[in-house]
Amino acid sequence: MAELMYWEAIRRAHDEEMAHDPLVIAMGEDIGIAGGTYKATQGLFEKYGSERIIDTPISENGYTGLGIGASFLGVRPIIEIMSVNFAWLATDQIVNTAAKVRYMSGGQLEAPVVIRSPGGTAHQLGAQHSARMEKVFMGIAGLRVVTPSSPKQAYGLLKSAVRCNDPVFINEHELMYNLKGDVPDEEFFLPLEGSTVAREGTDITLFGYNISTHWCLQAATELSREHGIEAEVIDLYALNPLDAEGIARSLRKTHRALIVEEAEAPVGVGSEVMAIINENCFFELDAAPRRVSAANVPIPYNHSLEKAAIPNVKDVVSAVLATFGLSN
Amino acid sequence: MTVTPNHRANNDDTVDQSQLSDEVKLRLLQEMLYARRFEERCYEAYVERKIGGFLHLYSGEEACAHGVLEAARPGEDYVITGYRDHIHAIKCGTDPRAVMAELFAKETGCSKGRGGSMHLFDAEHHFMGGYALVGGPFPLAVGMAKAIKLRRSDEIAICFLGDAANNQGTFHESMNMAKVWNLPILFVCENNLYGIGTRIERSTAVTDQYKRAAAYDIPAQQTDGQDLDKVYAAARVAVDHVRSGNGPYFLELMTYRYRGHSMSDSNAYRDAEEEKVWQGRDPIDLWKERLINQGLITAETFKSMDHEIIESIEDDVIAFAESSPEPAVSELEKYVLAENDPYVTGGK
Repeated sequence: MAELMYWEAIRRAHDEEMAHDPLVIAMGEDIGIAGGTYKATQGLFEKYGSERIIDTPISENGYTGLGIGASFLGVRPIIEIMSVNFAWLATDQIVNTAAKVRYMSGGQLEAPVVIRSPGGTAHQLGAQHSARMEKVFMGIAGLRVVTPSSPKQAYGLLKSAVRCNDPVFINEHELMYNLKGDVPDEEFFLPLEGSTVAREGTDITLFGYNISTHWCLQAATELSREHGIEAEVIDLYALNPLDAEGIARSLRKTHRALIVEEAEAPVGVGSEVMAIINENCFFELDAAPRRVSAANVPIPYNHSLEKAAIPNVKDVVSAVLATFGLSN
Repeated sequence: MTVTPNHRANNDDTVDQSQLSDEVKLRLLQEMLYARRFEERCYEAYVERKIGGFLHLYSGEEACAHGVLEAARPGEDYVITGYRDHIHAIKCGTDPRAVMAELFAKETGCSKGRGGSMHLFDAEHHFMGGYALVGGPFPLAVGMAKAIKLRRSDEIAICFLGDAANNQGTFHESMNMAKVWNLPILFVCENNLYGIGTRIERSTAVTDQYKRAAAYDIPAQQTDGQDLDKVYAAARVAVDHVRSGNGPYFLELMTYRYRGHSMSDSNAYRDAEEEKVWQGRDPIDLWKERLINQGLITAETFKSMDHEIIESIEDDVIAFAESSPEPAVSELEKYVLAENDPYVTGGK
C-alpha cells in the first residue's frame, strides 16, 4: 500500500491503462510536453509519444468531439478539460453526441470516452474558473458521472471509466490534486455506480461527494466530540446514476438527512437527493432534510466574498444542529 | 468548369473525358434515379403521415454523394453527415428497406426506430451517422480519421456537410486539428447556397467555401456538383490525396436542393427564376442525356428503368416498412447505457 497524492493516483491509472491497451489515448490542453496543469499525465508524453498523449489546441468542443469520434472506432480517449468551466463549450459534443449516440443508433455505436475535469472554487480564480457543472451532467441520460473524493477513488474510478463502454464524466477538484491517501499497490477497479459509507453513524446521515465529503467528515468528528451526535457520512462518488438504495439504507438507520454540496442549491445534487429521499423513504424521516450549498451567485474574486459564497465545516455543523432543534 | 462568383448555375456541359466505365455509368444512373424516386416517395409518405418529425430531402444533389463515394470505398471508408442523410447511407450500402423502415419508425429500421430521418446509422457499412446539430459531425469525422491513423489502416474518413455548417466554430476547430495532425479526412461541402432559408451571401462573408480551407493550408477544389463526371474526377483527386497519407482535403460541390430545407419549409425565400435555372441542370437529366448521346441507353430503356425503380420501391421498400413491427414500448430504456458492462460494477 503506497500513499499517493490524488494527481499521482490519476497518473498511475493513465499509465497502466495506456500500457494495457494501445488504443487508450489521452488528450487535452498542455497535457503532453507540459505534463498537465495538474500533473495527471506527467512523464507520459515521453513514454507514449505524441500520437497517444496529445497536446490539443484550445478548442474544447472540437477536441472533445474528436475524442468521441475516435471512440466510435474503438479508441478509448481520456480527455482532460483543464477547468470544468471550459467544459461548457464542449457540452454539445458531450450531451448531443456522446450521451445519445448509442440510443439514436439503436445500439450500433457507442462512445467509450472518459472526460476528466476539475470543478469548484480554488483560490480567487474568479467567476469563470470557479464554478461546478456536475448538476448539468448528472441529469443527462446516457452519460455516467463520477466524482472521486480520495486518491484511491481517483485511481479506481478512472480505471473502470476507461474500460467501461459508456461515456463517463469524472468531476475532480482543483484543491484536491495534492490530497494524500492510501492506494493499494495491486491493480483494482472501483464500481461506477453506488456510494460508500465514509463514516458509520446512527443519528443523522451527511451526504457529501468530492470535496464536500471531507467537510462532512470533519463536521462529523466535531459533532461527536462537542455534541455527542454520531453522524454517518455517505460519499456519493457516483452522481449519475445516484445510489437511491444506498441513500434509503442509511436513512432507515439514522432518520435524518443533510446534503452538503459545494455548488449553488437550485437543481443540484441536494435537490435530487431530497427527491430520492421523498420518493423512497419519506416516512423514515424524523426531521425535514436540509442542505448546505453555495450562495446562488457567480463566484466572486474578492477573498472574503469568495469565502462567504462557499459552504464550510461550520455551516455543516450548524445545519446538523438545526436539524435537531439545537443551535451552537 | 468555373462556377461564376454569384453561384448561378453554369451551363457548360463539356466534359474532357469521363473516367468511368460504361458499366459503372449505367449503374450510377440507376442509383441516382433510385435516390430521386426514394426521396420523392418519402415526401409522399410524409404527407400521408407515415413519416413523422423532420424530413430533409436530397433531391437535386444526387451527383454529390454518388460521385464522391464512387471514387471512395463505400462500406469501408467511414462516412458521416448531417440530417440530409438518406442517400449517403444507401450509397454506403445500407439496405433501402431499413432506411425506409427507420423513417416509418419501425424496429427493423437501420437505427431500430430510435433515430429517425436525421439519425440513420449503419455501423456494419461504416455509415457513422446522420447528426442534427449543424456542424456537429466535423470533429467526430476528424476523430474517426485519428482512429484510422492510430490503427494504421488505409480507410479514410469522409464528412459530408452543407455550406452553412462552415459558419460553426466546429468547422474551424476541426479543419485546424485535421491539418495539425495530418489526418486522413476528406471534407465534402455540398454547397446548395442556402442555410435553412437564408441565402449564402446574406450569411457568409466568403461565399466560395473552398477558399476557407486556405486558412488552414488544406488543399481544396470547387467543382460543379450537378455533373457526375466532374464530381467523380474531382473526388478521385481528393480521395487519392487523402488515402496516400497527404492529410486532409476539402472539396466543394456546387449544387441545389429542389425541396425546402425540410418539410416544414415554405420555400418562399427562393426566386422562381433561380429554381428554374437549376432544374435545367438536373444531375440525373444531365447524366441521362450524356449516356443517351454516348449510345449507352435509350430514352425508352431509361423509362423502363424508372418504372422498375418506382415499382421496386413500392413493392419492396414501402411494403417492408409498412409491414414491419414498431419497437416494443417495454424496450423504451434499452440502448441508453451498455448492457451488463462488467466495469460498472468494478470489473467483477
